[in-house]
Amino acid sequence: MEITFREALNQAIVEEMERDDSVFIVGEEVAHYQGAYKVTQGLLQKFGPQRVIDAPISESGFTGLSVGAAMVGLRPIVEVMTFNFSLVAFDQIINNAAKMRHMSGGQLKVPMVIRGPNGPAHQLAATHSQALESMYAHVPGLKVVVPGTPKDGKGLLKSAIRDDNPVIFMESEIMYGLKGDVPEGEYTIPLGKADVKKQGKDATVVAYGKTVNLAFSAADLLAKENIDLEIVDPMTIKPLDEEPILKSVRKTNRCVVVSEAWPFASVASEIGYRVSSKAFDYLDAPVELVTAEDVPMPYNKNLEHNALPTLEKVVAAVKKVLYL
Amino acid sequence: MSDYAVKAGKSNGSAGEEYLSLGRNKLIEMHRTMLLIRRFEEAAAKAYSQQKIGGFLHLYIGQEAVAVGSIAALREEDYIITAYRDHGHALTRGADPNKLMAELFGKYTGTSKGKGGSMHFFDVARNMLGGHAIVGGQIPLGTGIAFKIKYRREDRVCVTYMGDAATNQGSFHESLNLAALWKLPVVYIVENNMYGMGTAIDRASAVTDLYKKGSAYGIEGMVTDGMNVFAVYDSVKEAVKKARELSLPTLIEVRTYRYRGHSMSDPDSVYRTKQEVDEEKRRDPIEQMKAFLLTEKIATQKELDNFDEEAKKEVSSAVEFAESSPQPPLESMYDDIYV
Repeated sequence: MEITFREALNQAIVEEMERDDSVFIVGEEVAHYQGAYKVTQGLLQKFGPQRVIDAPISESGFTGLSVGAAMVGLRPIVEVMTFNFSLVAFDQIINNAAKMRHMSGGQLKVPMVIRGPNGPAHQLAATHSQALESMYAHVPGLKVVVPGTPKDGKGLLKSAIRDDNPVIFMESEIMYGLKGDVPEGEYTIPLGKADVKKQGKDATVVAYGKTVNLAFSAADLLAKENIDLEIVDPMTIKPLDEEPILKSVRKTNRCVVVSEAWPFASVASEIGYRVSSKAFDYLDAPVELVTAEDVPMPYNKNLEHNALPTLEKVVAAVKKVLYL
Repeated sequence: MSDYAVKAGKSNGSAGEEYLSLGRNKLIEMHRTMLLIRRFEEAAAKAYSQQKIGGFLHLYIGQEAVAVGSIAALREEDYIITAYRDHGHALTRGADPNKLMAELFGKYTGTSKGKGGSMHFFDVARNMLGGHAIVGGQIPLGTGIAFKIKYRREDRVCVTYMGDAATNQGSFHESLNLAALWKLPVVYIVENNMYGMGTAIDRASAVTDLYKKGSAYGIEGMVTDGMNVFAVYDSVKEAVKKARELSLPTLIEVRTYRYRGHSMSDPDSVYRTKQEVDEEKRRDPIEQMKAFLLTEKIATQKELDNFDEEAKKEVSSAVEFAESSPQPPLESMYDDIYV
């Protein structure tokens, strides 16, 4: 069944809310407006205002409220209109959600999902165009999931809602309308497991979220030059399932990591480090990173395009590790 | 102190006799809990000066009537959550002094296995949902606990404590708005001890009658004498009734005073005088309670002396327990991060 990323996420939420009455969703415009990006379309009509709750623009308040509700047994889904706004709730996420279990010596758990679009969309400029997964992945106690397809989005979101830990679930404005095959009926995809999206033999491209599609575009282009890319999608950034990445690099001996986040102390640099350290003897070239430029996002369309990973940059990086 | 009857209870100066209805057992228990807190804190201060306790240590001495008077108005199934000056709340809720002292000592037998320390006391089995160390950070949490109570239609309330300085944080204002908007059964108690660390309240807050800060959100505000355990009890009882029966929040400002510095490392002479502290000590909550118990012939002086001796014994055995407890094993640092 081919559906959009948005519909896949909607199905995941509906199925989990039907399955477990401790699940509720709260966020700005999630109920009456049917979701700023329509991921929550129809939920209010189906589950009522007790479980589908419009929040005031008060991210620290309703995120913290949800942490409290999770501490005593509910399973909140917090929709942030975009992850840019989650920064307003950073203290609640990092000091409360992530650390509660540790600080209480295991007396408490915080089963909640904080989800919404992450990363740049179209010309939204610096405050509304940032990929923040590296910041969240930095914090022990959080899980971070960045799905790249409708199928993965649905299966991973269902697992995230059932998970007993706080899960940062990062989507993308640009991906909401993308279509893909989703299995009929009930399925979940486990957190913390990577997926080899495409088998290949010449070089490994590690990509996640929106950049999975970019990796496929690069693979298509390079196939014309008889370069066969393997694409590994970690899907869960934290905990990172490194073995499939290392296994792939041991096979191809070359590695490019593609991410829309900034390069400094990032998911890409972490993966690059692990590959360099743990597959050192297998590498025929240094690992290449294709990331956002280390700049706040400019508004101008051309500047924006060039501040991000592009097809040209990915192709160039692959050729570099192949010494072509 | 013989003027308890004037100070006790409602500000109209009603006689203390009305509290006799609480019954001897409860009155004695309230007194003994205040004593236990004070002796516990004194022992903690001593251990801190001996470097057996590290980090920050914020003592509750002077504020005992707030935790004891408010929790006396609750049922066991009601929740409480507070900030980092949390020893009194945990002890009042019945947390084991041995485990609490062990936590201060960083030992594996502590309530958080030595990972939380003074600012992070939790006793979830007794519905004490923590000590939280970022000023104001626990206010949305307490609001969320109340959200769950309403979501599950439970006959419970959540009391959310904070210091006076927390009322200047955004989390306070966002929480009050949500609690009023969604009609949540939460009682916010501001323990106004007149200083946010070294900053007097009138240098930090444009409005110094903190109970008025609820009015912007349509939340009823109350103010009460935090040095008098019965005054606290009365106010909280009324607010809890409203939370329980009408599912409405209340903001109670409790005017109290801490005798010690903000933390052990705070030389409070910078911002207040010894004369001021001595003046406040004349309203001591434990002395007021003693006067009440004696005058009403609920306890004899000998019994009161015994209570104090027993509190001291309980605390010194807690210190012994903490000292003789094992350090956490190194590998335990990896425990309890993910479920």
